Amino acid sequence: MKNKRVFRNKVLLIFFLVLPCFFCGLDMSSAQEAGEISVEDSLAQLPATPTEVMAKDASNDGGHALVVTWKLSADDGAGKNNVVSYEILRSDNLDSGFVVRGMVLKGVNTFKDEGVKEKESEDYFPSHKNFYYKVKANAEKGASLSFVSPPAYAFGQLFHTGRTVILVACAIFSVFTILFIRKAKRGEELYVRPLAGIAAVDDAIGRATEMGKPILYILGLGTAADIATIASFTILARIAKITAEYRTPILVPCNDPIVMIVAQETVKAAYLDAGRPDMYKEENIYYVTSMQFAYVAAVNGIMVRERPATNFYLGKFYAESLILAETGSVAGSIQISGTDEIAQIPFFVAATDYTLIGEELYAASAYLGKEPLLLGSLKAQDWGKALVMISLILGGLAASFHLDFFIRLFAVKP
Amino acid sequence: MRGQIPIIIVFISGVFMVIQFFIPHDAGVFFYEYGLDWIIVIGVFAMLLGIWSLFRVQLDKVVKKSPGWGYSVVALGGLFFMLIGGPLWGIEEGTPFMQVFWYIYTPIQATMFSLLAFYIASAAYRAFRARTVLATILLLTALVIMLRLIPLGPISGPNQKLATWILMVPSMAANRAILIGIGLGIVATCLKIVLGIERAYMGHD
Repeated sequence: MKNKRVFRNKVLLIFFLVLPCFFCGLDMSSAQEAGEISVEDSLAQLPATPTEVMAKDASNDGGHALVVTWKLSADDGAGKNNVVSYEILRSDNLDSGFVVRGMVLKGVNTFKDEGVKEKESEDYFPSHKNFYYKVKANAEKGASLSFVSPPAYAFGQLFHTGRTVILVACAIFSVFTILFIRKAKRGEELYVRPLAGIAAVDDAIGRATEMGKPILYILGLGTAADIATIASFTILARIAKITAEYRTPILVPCNDPIVMIVAQETVKAAYLDAGRPDMYKEENIYYVTSMQFAYVAAVNGIMVRERPATNFYLGKFYAESLILAETGSVAGSIQISGTDEIAQIPFFVAATDYTLIGEELYAASAYLGKEPLLLGSLKAQDWGKALVMISLILGGLAASFHLDFFIRLFAVKP
Repeated sequence: MRGQIPIIIVFISGVFMVIQFFIPHDAGVFFYEYGLDWIIVIGVFAMLLGIWSLFRVQLDKVVKKSPGWGYSVVALGGLFFMLIGGPLWGIEEGTPFMQVFWYIYTPIQATMFSLLAFYIASAAYRAFRARTVLATILLLTALVIMLRLIPLGPISGPNQKLATWILMVPSMAANRAILIGIGLGIVATCLKIVLGIERAYMGHD
């Protein structure tokens, strides 16, 4: 009886052990069958791998970028035509540690992997360190990974080749300037076109002297680093010298403290040069505020209270140009303006008596000084403009006849 | 020699700035940024001088009872309130400092800016008076440009085309001509200053 029961238990044990295995086996075999189909399908859907992955240093930078190139997958735009994008992976180790650095759409076979030079930044890209790249072609189902690229490292360049045309243009222009200055030094007569705005400066200062009123000189909203403000300093020096000779006070309310300091030194030096250092009053060249419309309110107040005979607006101006010029016009002042802000030139033309347009602001100092050396630089500007005009005509012709090489000569890369 | 030192500094700084423009290497960028940091430092000290200048000029007006000296009192009061109020109450929203900024300064600034609309009208009136042939052309051109934004029925289309042509051809040509002139003027001015030819700003002819 006992043996019978042991035998029955053994049979049941075998049954319960074997049965699941049987079903599992069936299941596994069916999964295997399914798997074989799936793998085949998957393999069939995998795009061809990108090839010839290469990395090289990005040109014209500080050494924090590499340019990765590859040959497109055979299934990108051809073959199975199922590539949707490429992922670019980078590692500093040949075998492991590859992380995604970026993605580009199908049809693109280049990627600029760039970072920053700050070591504490997450996006730090070290110079002179070898990196390896892989490119993954992504299809809707599945992806294929390329072989690893040869190592490449980034390094900084000592010359920006994309700016060669600027260097050449500057060099040509500098040669012109030096040539004409030497010509002027030899005493050759150089004709420069008269400017109405400059010719009116003496009359405007004379008017203020006769009326016993001050002259108001506005340097604009630019900083001391703006070239328009620097040009304005040179004009201020000339005008301050004349006002010192005429014993006419000059008021210079400033928008920027550094501009104020430079203006004070400029006027002081001009008074010294005119032999009237005792007439210089530092309190006439003062700081008002750095806020645009608060500055406008202050200057308008000066115009209304002091009623200056002459207003000069020379420098960098923005939306406040018309408010200042119209208030001056209402106050009955003679007004001479000049700016290199193209959007403000029409306002000055409409509201002031004389306007120096663009480059005339830079030329004004030379006109006022009447020195041959400075006039020489004006002639160089004229020649520079002639060269630009010739280049424009040739460029237009080249574009019309599809002579791209000529246009490429003038290309500037960032 | 005293007069030569600033010219030497200007020459070295100017030449360095020109050279660094063509050097993308980190070393060039470092010195450029270092120079910019100096400008910030100088700016901070200059601001102190600016505040001192403002204080002295306004105080002088108050002491001498110059015309409009009451405005100087307001200016000095505003200066000290903001100078003291910032550190005292902080500059977070809701503090007296920010309330003065939002509810006094900002509306006054907006009022000043809105004056521009009236000044544009008065300047346009003077500029567009058809006294000469050129002024008449200017008036007609301005009319075309202004009317392009207004629905004018059947003439809207042709007016729009004419306005676009004016903006894209003659206006653009003039703009570019001025820009080229400005570019050359900037280079010439820089050369004159860097080479020490233009020294008027230092009181030398």
